[in-house]
Amino acid sequence: MPVQYEGIRQEHVAVRTTAGVFDVSHMGEIETSGPQAEELLQRLLSNDVTKIAERGAQYSVLCREDGGVLDDLFTYRLGPNRFLTVTNASNHEKDLAWFREHAGDLDAEVADAHGRWAMLAVQGPDARAAVEAIAEGELPARMRTAEVRVAGVDCLACGTGYTGEDGVELLTPPDGAPDVWDALLERGVVPVGLGARDTLRLEVCFHLYGNDLSEDRNPIEAGLGWCCKLDTGFIGADALRGTRPDQTLVPFAFTGAGIPRQGNAVRTQHGEGVVTSGSLSPCLELGIGMAYVPVAAAEPGTELEVDVRGKQRTAEVREKPLYRKETSG
Amino acid sequence: MAEASYPEDLKYHAEHDWARIDGDQATFGITWYAQDALGEVVFFDPPEVGASVSKDEAYAEVESVKAVSDVFAPLSGEIVEVNEALADSPEKVNSDPYGEGWMVKVKLTDASEVDELMDVGAYKELLQAGS
Repeated sequence: MPVQYEGIRQEHVAVRTTAGVFDVSHMGEIETSGPQAEELLQRLLSNDVTKIAERGAQYSVLCREDGGVLDDLFTYRLGPNRFLTVTNASNHEKDLAWFREHAGDLDAEVADAHGRWAMLAVQGPDARAAVEAIAEGELPARMRTAEVRVAGVDCLACGTGYTGEDGVELLTPPDGAPDVWDALLERGVVPVGLGARDTLRLEVCFHLYGNDLSEDRNPIEAGLGWCCKLDTGFIGADALRGTRPDQTLVPFAFTGAGIPRQGNAVRTQHGEGVVTSGSLSPCLELGIGMAYVPVAAAEPGTELEVDVRGKQRTAEVREKPLYRKETSG
Repeated sequence: MAEASYPEDLKYHAEHDWARIDGDQATFGITWYAQDALGEVVFFDPPEVGASVSKDEAYAEVESVKAVSDVFAPLSGEIVEVNEALADSPEKVNSDPYGEGWMVKVKLTDASEVDELMDVGAYKELLQAGS
């Protein structure tokens, strides 16, 4: 996946206004199956896996015993005892080893499915219509999956994405992906690179592993307590129980000139923090980002000072998402 | 975006900066190659008028959505004017790198430094050697 095809800004705008397609085949997949597949995932994943209906999807994090985040993942239930979990490319091998290490006593099989799937994310207000026009069968609703033929290729279509826009993610056999890609481009869907993928997710405050999430941060600090169901007893739950973090992840926007970048130091009236993601927002035309700041400085409207390579830039904590679609009428 | 071009009347620096010499003053900017490598410029952070700049050292920053790059001074001197229009329209660096995309005007402190810069032929050779 290139950083850009024609330009980050125009690719970003295409996804917000029409439809774009991302080749995210680098993302990994782990298939977990067998009579105790659900028990295994309940042990590993922070969310309540028993709540995933057949053909349903769920977001969760994978934690170490001490609560540090190993990865953030989407899991799809393909059958009563069959699950597909999508991993971040850079964590795939680590995740796979972790899954296998903790499967020992359970009747569940963990398989590396990365080689079996390519993945095309089609996102934007016109994304569904573009896919529907070349699909046989109905596309899944949001947070659901369906087997659909797209451009003659058997796909697993998932009503998920990483842009804040409507759309589907199409898991296809690797040799079928070029046909789907070409058919989408023929229908006017714009190819989008990694650069716009980052600005799109940042505008709607989705976490990026390696920036906003790491083994040194726990999901409570990261604002992901909502997907941590401590009663399920997942690995890390004991460490997270009753933790009161000193810092928390907040979205912010610059109130003047400048563009924040990962690693910039943050000063607040209540102590220091650090920027974990930063960019220019193509829709807001402002510097935006996410930063870990002292909990007392997390209230929207709180003033921040961000040190951008020696220049002090002014910012304020905002509500999430930073960008919200204008709704008419 | 403008077509690749390298005007004959400019002097070039190996960090892909240009200087238009006018007596004891010069205008600085970045070359077509530099803006193309950078991608769409979304922010230009200029120096202060009155600041001194030194040949081969960074005097400003340009940012694309994804990356930050230093802009290097091809010659030494004192900033006498900055291109204020780039605050609102930094994309002029891409669309017109030798015209409306100019960055600063500098009163030169050492006119002999000009001899160390490349003419257009030498700069084009540098680009070809690098590609």
